[in-house]
Amino acid sequence: MTVGYGERVALEAVDLEVATGSLLAVVGPNGAGKSTLLKVICGLLQPWRGKVETLGKEPGRLAKRVAYVPQAEAVDWDFPVTVADVVMMGRYPGLGRLRRPGPLDRRQVSDALGQVDMLEHRGTQIGRLSGGQRRRVFLARALAAEPDLFLMDEPVTGIDATTQEELMDLLESVAAGGRTVIATTHDLACAAARFQTVLAINRRVVAHGPASLILDPDLLAQTYGGHLLTLGGQTVVLDDAHHHEETPHQVHYHEEAPRRR
Amino acid sequence: MEPLLEPLGFPFFVRALIASVLVGVICAVVGSYVVLKGLAFIGDAISHAAFPGIVAAFILGGSFYIGAGIAAVGTSLAITWVSRRGGLRLDTTIGVLFAGTFALGIFLYSTIEGYVGDLFHLLFGYVLGISAEDLMALVLLGGAVLFLVAVLWKELLYSTFDPLAAAASGIPVARLEYVFIALVAVTIVVSLQAVGIVLVVAMLVTPAATAQLMTARFGRMMLGAILVGSGSAVAGLYLSFWFDVASGASIVLVQTGAFLAALLLGPKSGLLARTARARLDPQPTMRPVRPAAGLAPPTAQSVATTTHPMTPTGEQAAPIDPSLR
Repeated sequence: MTVGYGERVALEAVDLEVATGSLLAVVGPNGAGKSTLLKVICGLLQPWRGKVETLGKEPGRLAKRVAYVPQAEAVDWDFPVTVADVVMMGRYPGLGRLRRPGPLDRRQVSDALGQVDMLEHRGTQIGRLSGGQRRRVFLARALAAEPDLFLMDEPVTGIDATTQEELMDLLESVAAGGRTVIATTHDLACAAARFQTVLAINRRVVAHGPASLILDPDLLAQTYGGHLLTLGGQTVVLDDAHHHEETPHQVHYHEEAPRRR
Repeated sequence: MEPLLEPLGFPFFVRALIASVLVGVICAVVGSYVVLKGLAFIGDAISHAAFPGIVAAFILGGSFYIGAGIAAVGTSLAITWVSRRGGLRLDTTIGVLFAGTFALGIFLYSTIEGYVGDLFHLLFGYVLGISAEDLMALVLLGGAVLFLVAVLWKELLYSTFDPLAAAASGIPVARLEYVFIALVAVTIVVSLQAVGIVLVVAMLVTPAATAQLMTARFGRMMLGAILVGSGSAVAGLYLSFWFDVASGASIVLVQTGAFLAALLLGPKSGLLARTARARLDPQPTMRPVRPAAGLAPPTAQSVATTTHPMTPTGEQAAPIDPSLR
């Protein structure tokens, strides 16, 4: 499969199969095509060449069984909705036209909020939440949709270690339940420690295999190229978690990046 | 009571009252989405684009609504189409079409010999002159708009808040955008008689913006917008009757007054609330956690951990405190 934006190729000759029930981390430098891959899988982007199947059908055909969680910067945090309202949106596609959410939907919303430990914040306007809490709410929205496939764009970027561990525990149990999780991440330590499999891409597939692969220096060099710096035996990836291609006019900032003291 | 009841003895006033309350309600409902989608400028452009349609309808002897409707819906769909193609910024496209269509209206208007009468009413509204047929058209078209919003309520809300996730979950976001912008166009056309081309954007934006200052729930925001929109329609119309001033301008001025009041007194942006908060809690933003005396000063290692490798230099970490918004 090959795909791109305008004239620019973003992913080239990607040949990939993800098994049901996988917990897959997609890693690679900025502009490697990580987010693009997710968008192709959920049908937001049409491949230029080649064929993609999601849950055995054309991407987008089974959209209700797929939950896509975009990067946190993509929404207006001043929007007048509460935590519970946002999670309820996960139920909307399954409801069909004209149907209003019922008791079952409200129960699903409460369940999902309970799973991410956000029940007590259900009535809070989303802009008043911390960065980690926002990620929890978006994961809860995905859970409330009861999908078979979770596509998460940077679910653990820029949040505190505790939240990261809790979110990963949840994703782990989702995958253990036979559902598939594909998450992009910049956090290689997290990818190696908490995911089952890893896909290293840099416009092409560099490697796809068990998560321990990512600790191989040769593979890192191939994936990250010039973004890599070796310091006294330790490899440091010089890269940041920015994506400007979607919303060039929006100001975005780092939630819960370390505060200046 | 007399000053309140007296105007109700005039059929034209009753018609005008019904018309402006209806316009207030329809504009508030559609305007709530317009404000959240950031489409205020598009609303202004569509209303100006209706002008050549109205003039053409007059010259050809056709219906006001059909002329204005074709021009407004056509322009709105053209704006959406051009903006989805990309290549130009949306506000640039709007600026070009906005002025171009309005110029076409003035051009057409100037070909009508010795005809000036209704221009003022077209530009600034004349709800007191609304006919029974026009009121009927307003009820039908406005009802259709409200019905469609009721049907599409949750899809519109989801695709306004998070279009990417909504599209990925199977909601036809692109088609909804066309439908919504056509709804905006119809709303504007039915509102023209009440407030005119120049002021109609206020009917769309001001009540919804006022309500957004008062609440953090979408449902309540829409309800608040309806109250502000219909309430100021009634108040503005009475003002216009009592003091013999322009009806559209009176309605918009009452709305603007409500907006300023919400700005000053509202719970979120409220300047009074903010100063009260500041007095209670002089430093609400950041409480630096200083290491207690006796603890080791920050080492090189701890400095390295606070300089997040993913935070490029020069970009400030944003404080999360809501009182800063």
